[in-house]
Amino acid sequence: MSITLRVNGNTRTVDVDPSTPLLYILRNDLGLEGPRFGCGLGQCGACTVIINGAAVRSCVTPCSAVKGEITTLEGLSKDGVLHPIQQAWIDEQVPQCGYCQNGQMLTAKVLLDRNPNPSDADIRKFMAGTLCRCMTYYRIQAAIRRAATAMKTADTASNEGVVA
Amino acid sequence: MTTFTTVPRQIEDALERCHGASRRDFLRTSGLLVVSFTAAALAPFEVEAAAQGAPGAGPYPLVDFRQLDSWIVIHEDSTATFYVGKTDGGQGTGTAFRQLMCDELDLAYDKSTLIMGRTDITVDQGGSGGSDALQVDAWPARRVAAEARRVLLELAAARFGVPAGELSVREGVITVSADPSKRVTYGELIGGRRFNVALTGQNIDATTGVAKLKPVQELKITGQRLHRYDIPAKVDGSLKWASGAKVPGMVHARNVRPPVAGATLVSIDESSVKGLPGFIRVVSRGNYVAVVCEREEQAIRAAQQLKVQWQKPATPPFPGSDNLYSYIRNATPTSSSKPDIVGNPDAAFAGAATVIESEYEHPFQGHTAIGPAHAMADPSNGQMTIWSNDMKSYGLRLGVAKFLDMPVDRVRVIWMEGPQLYGRTAADDAGFEAAFLAREIGRPVRVQWMRHEETAWDTKGPAYAFKLRGGLDAQGNVVALEYHGRAVDHNHLGYNEPDTVLIAQLMGIRPAAPATGGAVAPSEMYAVPNRRRVADVVSLPLVWESPLRTGNLRDPNGPQVHFASESFIDELAAAAKADPVAFRLKLLTAETRDDSAFRRARSIAALKAAAELYGWDPRPSPKPIGTGALLTGRGVAYCYRNQTIVVEIAEVEVNRETGHVWVKRLVCAHDCGLVVNPEGLERVLEGNMLYGLSRALHEEVRFDTEKVTSVDWTTHPTLTHLDAPAKIDIVLVNGDPDAKRPDLPHYGAGEAACRPTAAAVANAIFDATGVRLRRVPFRDARVLAALKAARV
Ligand code: FES
Ligand code: FES
Repeated sequence: MSITLRVNGNTRTVDVDPSTPLLYILRNDLGLEGPRFGCGLGQCGACTVIINGAAVRSCVTPCSAVKGEITTLEGLSKDGVLHPIQQAWIDEQVPQCGYCQNGQMLTAKVLLDRNPNPSDADIRKFMAGTLCRCMTYYRIQAAIRRAATAMKTADTASNEGVVA
Repeated sequence: MTTFTTVPRQIEDALERCHGASRRDFLRTSGLLVVSFTAAALAPFEVEAAAQGAPGAGPYPLVDFRQLDSWIVIHEDSTATFYVGKTDGGQGTGTAFRQLMCDELDLAYDKSTLIMGRTDITVDQGGSGGSDALQVDAWPARRVAAEARRVLLELAAARFGVPAGELSVREGVITVSADPSKRVTYGELIGGRRFNVALTGQNIDATTGVAKLKPVQELKITGQRLHRYDIPAKVDGSLKWASGAKVPGMVHARNVRPPVAGATLVSIDESSVKGLPGFIRVVSRGNYVAVVCEREEQAIRAAQQLKVQWQKPATPPFPGSDNLYSYIRNATPTSSSKPDIVGNPDAAFAGAATVIESEYEHPFQGHTAIGPAHAMADPSNGQMTIWSNDMKSYGLRLGVAKFLDMPVDRVRVIWMEGPQLYGRTAADDAGFEAAFLAREIGRPVRVQWMRHEETAWDTKGPAYAFKLRGGLDAQGNVVALEYHGRAVDHNHLGYNEPDTVLIAQLMGIRPAAPATGGAVAPSEMYAVPNRRRVADVVSLPLVWESPLRTGNLRDPNGPQVHFASESFIDELAAAAKADPVAFRLKLLTAETRDDSAFRRARSIAALKAAAELYGWDPRPSPKPIGTGALLTGRGVAYCYRNQTIVVEIAEVEVNRETGHVWVKRLVCAHDCGLVVNPEGLERVLEGNMLYGLSRALHEEVRFDTEKVTSVDWTTHPTLTHLDAPAKIDIVLVNGDPDAKRPDLPHYGAGEAACRPTAAAVANAIFDATGVRLRRVPFRDARVLAALKAARV
């Protein structure tokens, strides 16, 4: 069956079984290595993508069920400029192996888009289901706080720009 | 499409021009531009595939480590590429090597790149293991960089007609000291050409030229908080992983494991999958079964759907995990260490004012990588190329060659990054499976373990039962200490062994005898006049083809053994009504007959540094039990690993209504000698302490009498964001007692910090509640039951 997906601003059509989990299409047909296989059970978050502003686990999402634009890690930066979350991840030197960090960054993005001023408890709770076996949790949380500040500053700056 | 973000632009350009030429070709053909093999080293998969298909590609013998050109290439623009035989699981090994090598070479850090662990183009340093990258392998890397600098100075001396001693060198530019207008760059001297300089050394660790290393005071890049070079590509999504390795014609495989440990294959009903779309073949030999399909989702489905009949073993393969410890205690050991006795422990116990005895228990724990094991193998051209994140790529190459009975120079392993690789992971097993299946099918095959396989069948760190006994005199001094550890570690697997990897075991291949395994004694420098240490290894009923096969897990025995030993020291401190830090310091400073002053002095310095950083107020544990729902306490633990000293202090909050333990704060004092990159080290310590915390709070491999029942993140919980401490403080200590020595060498730091965590947490829980937890993990239900039993 022919399935059309919108991914990171592009439209792509693939011919697959409609029950195929989105993850395998992104990785094997569209060449996107941002989303990763971790459990295939919706338990770890390694395969996270963003669809309609929600963090979605692509390993348990049949491709035919996807309605809306898909953003993967590859689509987070704009015009070669890293998203403040990515920059915070570099500034805090978050990743160890890095395998889980796709899910960490995209889940954090959804959190900050919904809640620009998360408390420490908000961060823990929202991120709780996104696992890291290198145990970078402490640094991830620091990076989320850093990114929140950076995004607020950027907002203020752009608002001022409008006023001026 | 050929971007590789850590590679300078000019190398990418070269990649476009010269793809297909191999480093091997270059080493044989002196006229070829050096950049071309650098390009091949970094080639994306398309180029790799082309190179492999090309007539004459391979063979792939190891690179000659006694040639300077095998380690360092200087390009025309004075950038350098370093080739080292290590792998990096995201702990900054590569960055640290670049710092050290640039220092010795006198090159700016950002003018260097580093290629790691690829068996056909990097020297065989064995990959990773034992936290020894900096302790052992950085030395030859430093020496060859120093030798390259020496040769470059000689070339410049010849060019300017002055002795090398009258030249200055800075960041890849050599000038005549007396006339700085006379200058030449490294690139001008040798860019794109070979050094042709032979090195010496009995083995790779001893590799050396004639140049001397710089004294530590002259190292400028070493010690800087440089950002790790691998992080940007991990953050922007551009990194190419072993898990994404692809070549044209590649197909997908999934394994089908025996549903009961030790079961025998009776029959396979191939018709159950034959009609499935994309189905290629069922491959089986002995008890090993896999299905191969064109697409990944097809292989997953076929593996689920394949009907296989198995015969259960006649006797249960193991006791259930609920009965594990009584099994261990009652088992007849398969091997025992010679008792290590100091003084006369029996007499000392007989004369002691107080004798305390405690039993501790630690379960099997697994690697359970966030990404299950995987590998891809291509059998083209009568050779075998394996893309793998296995930390020991060279061992994988050798093992696969033996397993498939191929000449070893027909096999190469292209190491790429992957999920955490701390020890003997199932990446070994997956690499062998991919190679076997690729040969059977005659096409490139990618194998990916599923979550349940990774959690159930990955190698495990051994479970332990301990008995400790201590004697105090009337003044509270420790006069006798006895340690008895028992590990379920019979048939402990090595790395990439062609007769012990899972596929070999399932096929019925066996070495002459199982490895004896090991049970170890704690590392501490406590001066106790009378002591006895004994350790036994026991076996489970099922020795082969077991999902409870043991192998090295990050710090293979450390967390288990020090949970027991450092908890027990705390028990003795409590019995002596002494402050736990002061109690340890007294044991470390006491006079003894053995002379380990160096490590003892550094242990004392680290203990004091941790206590100071924490703001430790001396008092005995437990503190008076609070009245609210949340009880707080603090605990300390200390140990060393080789020459690396680590002290941790945990501050906990115990919920007496739910049994939930939150480690609010962790403090660490760490002395691993010369620190190459403090920021990188701090991140490794943070992660490793939390890894120790995950093992302490959550991790336990559960099983019934037929199979492992821990198969996913519900049945095998791990630390989550909810558990992260609010604060982690780290102090990097240099506790060298010899003030005249400039600095210590660089010791290893990859594993030590997970070692004392469980004990520090258990000691803190005791401080908060007066309840001593003697079995890991400290999940809520277990803690609550212990609190209830003690009426807290
Ligand atoms: S891989 Fe999708 S949640 Fe784990
Ligand atoms: S960084 Fe390795 S699993 Fe998270």
